[in-house]
Amino acid sequence: MSAIVAARRAQPLTRAALSASEDSRPVRLALTAAALGFLGLFLFLPLVAVFTEALSKGGEAWVAAVSEPEARAALWLTLKVAALSVPLVTVFGVAAAWLIARFDFRGRRLLLALIDLPFAVSPVIAGLVFVLLFGRQGLFGPALAEHGVKVIFAVPGIVLATLFVTLPFVARELIPLLEAEGRDEEEAARTLGASGFQMFWRVTLPNIRFGLLYGVILANARAMGEFGAVSVVSGHIRGLTNTLPLHVEILYNEYRFQAAFAVASLLAFLAIGTLVAKALLERRIGGSR
Amino acid sequence: MSIEVRDIHKRFGNHQALAGVSLKVETGSLVALLGPSGSGKTSLLRIIAGLERPDAGQVLFAGEDATRQDARHRRVGFVFQHYALFRHMNVFENVAFGLRVRGRATRPSEQDIQGRVRELLELVQLGWMADRYPSQLSGGQRQRVALARALAVEPRVLLLDEPFGALDARVRRQLRAWLRGLHDKIGLTSVFVTHDQEEALSLAHRVAVLNDGRIEQEGTPDDIARRPATPFVADFLQAEPVAICHAAQ
Ligand SMILES: Nc1ncnc2c1ncn2[C@@H]1O[C@H](COP(=O)(O)OP(=O)(O)OP(=O)(O)O)[C@@H](O)[C@H]1O
Ligand SMILES: [Mg+2]
Repeated sequence: MSAIVAARRAQPLTRAALSASEDSRPVRLALTAAALGFLGLFLFLPLVAVFTEALSKGGEAWVAAVSEPEARAALWLTLKVAALSVPLVTVFGVAAAWLIARFDFRGRRLLLALIDLPFAVSPVIAGLVFVLLFGRQGLFGPALAEHGVKVIFAVPGIVLATLFVTLPFVARELIPLLEAEGRDEEEAARTLGASGFQMFWRVTLPNIRFGLLYGVILANARAMGEFGAVSVVSGHIRGLTNTLPLHVEILYNEYRFQAAFAVASLLAFLAIGTLVAKALLERRIGGSR
Repeated sequence: MSIEVRDIHKRFGNHQALAGVSLKVETGSLVALLGPSGSGKTSLLRIIAGLERPDAGQVLFAGEDATRQDARHRRVGFVFQHYALFRHMNVFENVAFGLRVRGRATRPSEQDIQGRVRELLELVQLGWMADRYPSQLSGGQRQRVALARALAVEPRVLLLDEPFGALDARVRRQLRAWLRGLHDKIGLTSVFVTHDQEEALSLAHRVAVLNDGRIEQEGTPDDIARRPATPFVADFLQAEPVAICHAAQ
């Protein structure tokens, strides 16, 4: 789309500028080719490799690999963790973005920095921090054990780690949007008698809905694909605390390559589904503006 | 309904935006706040509407203290400088908004809402535009939708921030005459902000000249034009034609 805009803007240019853009044509072609080649090499080829390897022993072997009880448990767990963590980071992200964009308060900068923290910290370190906090020898470990609550090497730990790594996506998507919108419409709603909730629901939210969906999609993709942080806290208990990415690794380490790729192709499907959803959304945004 | 502000102070950071402003607006009158950029006109209007809280001083509606009252309960019609129409709603829904957000007990029936919105759109001469979105309207049309939206909730007073600021000179003159006519018709107590002295003097019953967070003079257009009370007012009225000459070059 931006290319179209650029082309339209380029129309009323002078002759000199036009010839300059003609001169740059080979350069443009070369750049395009380089970009496509790069994408093909590092994105498309691996994807093709995943699917060819997954189907290398035929469709039946693929079905067998993905319907193994452990694979099904891993798929189920991955979906469950995403379903638990994505709504939470969405609510957090909307609230934090709104606070940051609309109010000037003490600790605003700190909150901003904290939101970015998961982008800055290695996921493995994040996982380790949770082990240090909630593990058996950890800070809250004994207290939790007394009440029979298991966090580390159990599903709660996996959800926590996923929350940590997905925290920034929604908030980061919304802050610039909300800042660009300004507060005029919200103030207009207030003078017209809307309550805080009505203002948010009828005015703020409709204006940021596409950005919000986009943030949610990104967070979801990360939630389903996260390896590092989840790997540290999960304990790799088969059928219990193995998510899809962890299950792929186990299969691979056991030299069951075809099964590993078959399960990986499931993840790839989830990722492709996410990308298609994103593309559809982008088209709708383009259409509605 | 009359409006009174008493000794309003407002600071932003270390800038004193309003330094002791007192003003009375009689029921049914049309008052202009006139002053240079940054003199505190918008700040004063926002404080009257309850969108900003004064550091000190009082706001009274019909003699009753409303300083602590939330904007939502003040029943003040506010027309924003850049209209602030709801972009994702069509003209009809924009105007209907204030009615739809009412509590169950006071919300009109759908039929009444339809009737009231149509009536208002006729009033601002935009009946045929109900299905359009704000982005499909001209500046003058947006302005009138914003006005209809503000009037829909039957406000007790009407506040307009530079209502003609973003319009070209011709549309501006038309709208000005139209607004005066509208005011004569419905008699709603109104305050509008402007930095155009001609606008203030030709439209308002009374004019308050603001400078640097203070009211320099308040009076009828005649008073202000013939008997400027301070050197600033005299200067400000003098300076205007020069500014227009500069703009024309
Ligand atoms: N939210 C705010 N934060 C900080 N400073 C502000 C804020 N609102 C207003 N000010 C400052 O207060 C002063 C008065 O502003 P105000 O908007 O009331 O002026 P104005 O008379 O409406 O000017 P204009 O004609 O340019 O709209 C200005 O110096 C402005 O920078
Ligand atoms: Mg202003």
